[in-house]
Amino acid sequence: MTSVAMEYGLLLAALLFALGLVGIMLRRNLIFVLLSLEIMLNAAGLAFIVAGARWASADGQVMFMFILAVAAAEVAVGLALILQHYRRYNTLDADYASKMRG
Amino acid sequence: MTLVFYVASAIALLSTIMVVTRYNAVHALLYLVVSLISIALIFFVLGAPFIALLEVIIYAGAIMVLFLFVIMMLNLGEIAVQKEKEWLPKQMWIGPGILSGILFVLIVYTLLQGEQQWAIVEMIGPAEVGAELFGPYIIGIQLAGLMLLAGLIVATLLSKRVKFKEKTEKENK
Repeated sequence: MTSVAMEYGLLLAALLFALGLVGIMLRRNLIFVLLSLEIMLNAAGLAFIVAGARWASADGQVMFMFILAVAAAEVAVGLALILQHYRRYNTLDADYASKMRG
Repeated sequence: MTLVFYVASAIALLSTIMVVTRYNAVHALLYLVVSLISIALIFFVLGAPFIALLEVIIYAGAIMVLFLFVIMMLNLGEIAVQKEKEWLPKQMWIGPGILSGILFVLIVYTLLQGEQQWAIVEMIGPAEVGAELFGPYIIGIQLAGLMLLAGLIVATLLSKRVKFKEKTEKENK
């Protein structure tokens, strides 16, 4: 039973990751890009948990906590960047970022 | 318990598809919260109760609220109340509500099973995770702390209001 659950768990993680990737590639709205990034990070964490459950070890959960820290830092920086983008261009369209010239 | 796993997976996939296809950011956030909670239930069934709690508290709680704050901030100055009415029409609650209802039934079913049958695999509690975290992975904890500090500084710096040149303002109009 556990091996079946592990296969389906990894399949679920892969599907969620693919959905996040599709979201990043299809959406132009920066908020949605960041949301899709969250979905992808979460899917990666799910894969770690499934693997940790398969071998009954705590390492997978430890890795998930690191992913959680990365996600929190990434969201803070990303949202600050989105705020700046919006103040500068008055839109959330990611294409406007190509107007940036250092 | 395998049934709980499959139903929660189906809800996670369904709500994630809804997240990617919404036009409105707040609706997408609602569905993403449902997705995260169903993944938390999967963690619970997979024998990681501590991580399930963290998923609900940090992901579905803190990070999603951060997103919500920024979405609200971006629309500040416009006709905020009317905007909010458009954002949350009454029928918008139906989709996430049904999915959350199914999740609620699932968790009641799980809790009624008795303590021994919560997980389909061996349960690994917070004590073991903590021992691992502050044992061999202590350097990772310190690095994560440094990274969070760096993230805090960068976010504070970036969210300051800076004056742009008149030129860029005119270019956009």
